[in-house]
Amino acid sequence: MITRFIDSIGLVSLNICNQFGLYGQFLSSTFVVMFTQRLNVKKFFVQMERIGVDSLPICSLIGVFSGAVMTLQTYYGFAKFGSENMIGPVVALSLTRELGPVLTGIMVTGRCGSSIAAEIGTMRITEQIDALETLCIDIFRYLMVPRVLASIVILPFVTLFTMFFGIWGGYIIYRYYFHLNAIEFTEGIKDFLELSDITGGLIKGSVFGLLLSSIGSFFGYYTRGGAKGVGSSTIQSVVVASIAILISNYFLAMLLFEKT
Amino acid sequence: MDKIKIIDLKKRFDEGRWISDGLNLDIPAGKTTCIIGQSGEGKSVLLKQIIGLIQPNSGEILVDGINIVELKGEERQKNFKKFGYVFQFAALLDSLTVFENIGIVELELGHDPAQVREKVLEKIALVNLREDVIDKYPSELSGGMKKRVGLARTLMGNPEIILYDEPTTGLDPITARVIHELIADMQKKLGITSVLISHDVEVFKYVDKISLLYKGEIISSVDADKVWDSQDPYMYQFIRGLIEGPIQREIPDDKNKM
Repeated sequence: MITRFIDSIGLVSLNICNQFGLYGQFLSSTFVVMFTQRLNVKKFFVQMERIGVDSLPICSLIGVFSGAVMTLQTYYGFAKFGSENMIGPVVALSLTRELGPVLTGIMVTGRCGSSIAAEIGTMRITEQIDALETLCIDIFRYLMVPRVLASIVILPFVTLFTMFFGIWGGYIIYRYYFHLNAIEFTEGIKDFLELSDITGGLIKGSVFGLLLSSIGSFFGYYTRGGAKGVGSSTIQSVVVASIAILISNYFLAMLLFEKT
Repeated sequence: MDKIKIIDLKKRFDEGRWISDGLNLDIPAGKTTCIIGQSGEGKSVLLKQIIGLIQPNSGEILVDGINIVELKGEERQKNFKKFGYVFQFAALLDSLTVFENIGIVELELGHDPAQVREKVLEKIALVNLREDVIDKYPSELSGGMKKRVGLARTLMGNPEIILYDEPTTGLDPITARVIHELIADMQKKLGITSVLISHDVEVFKYVDKISLLYKGEIISSVDADKVWDSQDPYMYQFIRGLIEGPIQREIPDDKNKM
């Protein structure tokens, strides 16, 4: 019983190490091709539209409500100490440094990371990837690089939208629900928010873009079995990418905002 | 002269059974060789090993005298260029039109689309398809048309060898015959070495050599014109679809179950 338990822990650990190794290889191949081969510009822009532009409405919407609920919750705490003027900076800092990039990353993972895994996974099980290989078409150049590069480039812009609409949502509640002085909200933001807070958030967005697209592509590429395999690749890609985003967010926060 | 020579090929996935178990096969140049065998016997895996999509555990696959098992990187790519592969379900890229599917290599290399279109139209005519299919998506095509588009895509690379993975599976007898004639026609016109996997005995009329795969080995190879006279017990049983014989059935019959 105990040996079986230890065996299963060993097997799981080996499997995780194996997956990490494979992912490392996959990512390095993607980067090598990204920097050494000509970019398929058309595919790159198509992916920018799919991953970025099409995600703007949903990310803006969650931004508005996240900002609004932050104002709603922080008001009750700050009002006890007469510090309502600090609500603006708190909402702005939270959204630019943390909530904006993380919410965008997780939202786009659900929306596009899953679709990348499903699309590439379906191509794998229907032998479309094998067909590309037999035609001497570089799979990484054709499938991975446009998706990964588009995500890295476009996610900061989507994050910027989430930040902006989040602060705007907070402002609406502050101004029209609590009927507080709007100038205090904006002046507070001006006093406390620095450019580095925004650029830090945008860098996070870019890293999350890399994670969600490469993890989606990775699970799609290694799909096995039929429709069930595609389903499980899709689920795995969303779960792993979401966890990767949350864990990397902690380290990025330490790296980018440690001194401020 | 043999175009492809397979020597003592062994392949299994993980710890499963040996799909190729010391397999030996000679494929003559400029001829069509048909590989037959039961479902799940590993015919498609063999074809994918021949082209280099699947790596064997051991053994040699000599193409023009070069062992392709050891090839890597650019050499492997070069080897791919010798081959064309017609997939069982065509494996057309469903997000691309017929034109983009057939001309994918040239379009990816940045060639002028107008010139690529001309070349695509040539290949379309070669596989007896009408020009108006060119702007359709694979989802708008029938099974037979998809296979012909797959063949046209393969012909774009002017391959020396074409591998056909069950080209007539799922097609009605008339369409299957059209595909068979097309394969024979390709071979006559272009002198291509072809390897074909099929369950359809009708195909014997159009090929030169027939090899039977059983339990990971080629246990019988005969010339197509002599296949019906073959006294090899495996070949005799298989091509006639007899229940009794040395080939064990995949599903035990009711008597055995009892």
